[in-house]
Amino acid sequence: MEKFFFEDDNNRVTGKAVVTGKAKYAAEHEVEGVVYGVLVGSTIAKGSIIAIDTKAATKAPGVMKVITHENSYKVPGYDYGGNPAKGLTGGKGLQVFNGNTIYFAGQPIALVIADSYERAVYAASLIKAQYNQDVHATDFAEMGKSVIAVEGQRYKDNIRGEADAYKNAAVKLEAEYIVPNEVHNPMELHAVIAKWGADDKLTVWEKTQGVKSAQRSIAAAFKLKEDDVQVFAPFVGGGFGSALRTWPHSIAAVIGAKMVKKPLKLVLTREQMFQLVGYRPYTKQRIGIGADKDGKFIGITHEADGVTSMYEEFTEGTVNVSKILYQCQNVTTRYKLYPLNLSTPTWMRGPGEATGCFALECAIDELSYLLNIDPLELRLKNYAETDPERNRPYSSKFLKEAYQLGADKIGWKDRDPRPASMKQGEWQVGYGMSTGLFNAGRGNAKASAKLYADGTLIVQTAVSDSGPGTQTSMTMIAADMMGLPVNKVTFEYGDSSLPPGPTQGGSTTTSTLGSAVYGVCFALQNKIIDILKTDGTFNKTDLKVEDVSFTDGGVLLKSDPAKKRTYSDILSKAKLNQLEVSDDSKASEQMRNYSAYSYSVHFVKVLVHSKTGVIKFDKIVATADAGKIISPKTARSQMIGGVVGGIGMALMEEAVIDNRFGKYINNNFADYHVPVQADVPEIEVAFVNKPDPILNPIGAKGMGEIALIGFAAAVSNAVYHATGKRVRDLPITLDKIM
Amino acid sequence: MSHNEKLLNDDCHNSRRGFLKKSVAATAIALAPNVIVKAAEDGLDEKAAGYFEKTNIKLTINDIDYSLSIEPRTTLLDLLREQLHLTGSKKGCDYGQCGACTVHVDGKRVLSCLSLAVMQEGKHITTIEGLAKGDDLHPMQQAFIDHDGFQCGYCTPGQIMSAVACVREGHANSPEEVRQYMSGNICRCGAYNNIVDAIIEVKRKGGTI
Ligand code: FES
Ligand code: FES
Repeated sequence: MEKFFFEDDNNRVTGKAVVTGKAKYAAEHEVEGVVYGVLVGSTIAKGSIIAIDTKAATKAPGVMKVITHENSYKVPGYDYGGNPAKGLTGGKGLQVFNGNTIYFAGQPIALVIADSYERAVYAASLIKAQYNQDVHATDFAEMGKSVIAVEGQRYKDNIRGEADAYKNAAVKLEAEYIVPNEVHNPMELHAVIAKWGADDKLTVWEKTQGVKSAQRSIAAAFKLKEDDVQVFAPFVGGGFGSALRTWPHSIAAVIGAKMVKKPLKLVLTREQMFQLVGYRPYTKQRIGIGADKDGKFIGITHEADGVTSMYEEFTEGTVNVSKILYQCQNVTTRYKLYPLNLSTPTWMRGPGEATGCFALECAIDELSYLLNIDPLELRLKNYAETDPERNRPYSSKFLKEAYQLGADKIGWKDRDPRPASMKQGEWQVGYGMSTGLFNAGRGNAKASAKLYADGTLIVQTAVSDSGPGTQTSMTMIAADMMGLPVNKVTFEYGDSSLPPGPTQGGSTTTSTLGSAVYGVCFALQNKIIDILKTDGTFNKTDLKVEDVSFTDGGVLLKSDPAKKRTYSDILSKAKLNQLEVSDDSKASEQMRNYSAYSYSVHFVKVLVHSKTGVIKFDKIVATADAGKIISPKTARSQMIGGVVGGIGMALMEEAVIDNRFGKYINNNFADYHVPVQADVPEIEVAFVNKPDPILNPIGAKGMGEIALIGFAAAVSNAVYHATGKRVRDLPITLDKIM
Repeated sequence: MSHNEKLLNDDCHNSRRGFLKKSVAATAIALAPNVIVKAAEDGLDEKAAGYFEKTNIKLTINDIDYSLSIEPRTTLLDLLREQLHLTGSKKGCDYGQCGACTVHVDGKRVLSCLSLAVMQEGKHITTIEGLAKGDDLHPMQQAFIDHDGFQCGYCTPGQIMSAVACVREGHANSPEEVRQYMSGNICRCGAYNNIVDAIIEVKRKGGTI
């Protein structure tokens, strides 16, 4: 443990597989006899199917089957013949091919299966559906008017202290902020290959952020024993939340494979990625914030109206940020959910908090100008030293340090604080900043480790990695614990039959799994100590882990470093080919008395063209208190990646619906803009890099979400500083500045 | 026409892909023998499709010669991925909007999702699988590893193929120029900074790549 903290910069362990094209993503596994499925979507947004004409498609060359609600295999875990109007379920997704009700445009109405991809695509184009069309609701402007909020306990108002206390403050601000529908759009199209084997055993290659959760969902749908479903996801081409759930298309593929008795591959199109795998929901927020003349917050009221589908509730912690980010006695939050004829949204990088921080962090900036106090100073004046919501200490909080790091790097104190005061030629110059936070959690996980007589180590757990570099950081933890070079350690993952690991989401993977890998290596160390106690090596029957160092592929006695034994020596002397241990890792009891959050601070310097309104980044600095940084190289990349996602959120991303038809009109990469090379300047990253002493044994918090959370507010604040124009609805496009 | 009839007649698949594939079929019909055209007009076009589905072509991929019988509507990307199991070239959009499918055709970067395989007769194609010389990585591949030029890795083969071409084209003289000439390759993980660093390093080191 003594040299646990990494100073060296290691490359990703997946590097060679990726750059040579050998890494296999979901649709790329070679499965003998695979056939192709193509989904056909509804062309209306609400109504019911009267009839589907599948004749032409069925007759087309190579077609093996066309599946619709009329002939689908009945999924045992589905509830057939239920009342489609019975209300929203909490977390039960769309049941594919169950009934003829249409809830949203693009909802799968048929699966065409053929022996080649081209034939399946062609045959799918021959499907004709006849609908009874109803009047759909997709217009956000109708929320609270013709579209009524869902009733229910989960949406109760929450009042801490006095309700709406901001109204009585000396200085106050009320403003409305809008975050539009944004779509994750990972580069890998969602894809699945399903193969039924003998005895109803099922193998699924799935794009998923959780091989165990996918296994459980599929087993539940088909009423199989979990062990009879094996899910593989060795490489996942991005997720950002879209691959946290098992979506209807995956169930459709399993149905299809069952019905044609052949392995079936199904890949969504980019358009379908807008309809079938979730999105960040449009949310309209109102903030009321008030302070006394010195800038002390008197009250915050945060209200949010979010969107969900017609068949399922999706809620997120949008308003929670106002309860926890700053010290403020009186906080009122109200959250309403409006069902529309869209598919169910899902968690998208920094879910809830990213939306909530956009509003709160803009509002604080606005308030700072009313108070005539520097925005950073205003935040420091209201710094929470203990968790204001739960009234307990933080396991660690180094947000002040993160502010300082960022402020120094961007040159915050050199700016002229007056709006529209700074210029560079034709460009107006603006500085903006924001804070982001996300819960730092630790869940349960199990890992196993095998140390071999040749001095190699295999660590196993059922996790998948959609990009952050979990394989790399886990390999590094194991290598460091056991004193082995990284190339002697293999981290095996991406297979649901391995010991249960966590889903990669909510910024908890490193904390949860890193602790499990740490734990299993610690167990292995103890097992080695047990052998050394009795084999006479060190003549010490009371030998303890603390007495030795695990280093250079073996063990050395601290009191007498000349006494060193390699793992090979130890195992061969004990006549063992391998040592195997496993460990169940759980959150510590101690954490019950603490709160844990990761924090990010974003500083940006923007240039806004005075004639055209074009926005360019001159400098971006992202700093974070994410606890101990396990793998510096991949951590920096993850932070940069979050900022790039934030640039998209701030300046370009919006999935636009044509309300006449209830359909997206920019459902492709030419029209839904995401940042490309030319949009992204050099991004400077700095970590506080101090371990959290309580959350887990490795000291890491989490980083995936905070990398993005708050960034859009920093941009909006900088644009205001540059131009004096406040843009409260994302994305900040030129027309809103001109 | 009633509302429902109109919906019935709506083509649910007026995607660009559908259009591409259907127009290829239409071109083929124009060149097809009368009997097939007749069959097509009689609404038997699915049967008709069977007559002209396959065409023979010869091409070279990663220095291996292939003689293939393929459907005219097959894209180069789908040929590589689905028939030849060369899955290094990625499908990110299928519409020429993301760069994930970038390969080299006769040394030039090309979007394989926008190229029909039948148009590659006699061409030399290099995919990411053909870039390394045996176990020796191409300098651009090594630079991507060293600079952590990716996260999930899905856009990476396309980025690397584009990056190699970008240097060969003489468009890697400054980070700013690289940003412009690499803007056709989307990386949703946002590895852009590191990709620029990798390309600039390869360019700086010189040598033929
Ligand atoms: S797959 Fe060819 S450009 Fe996107
Ligand atoms: S590395 Fe994931 S899209 Fe580029």
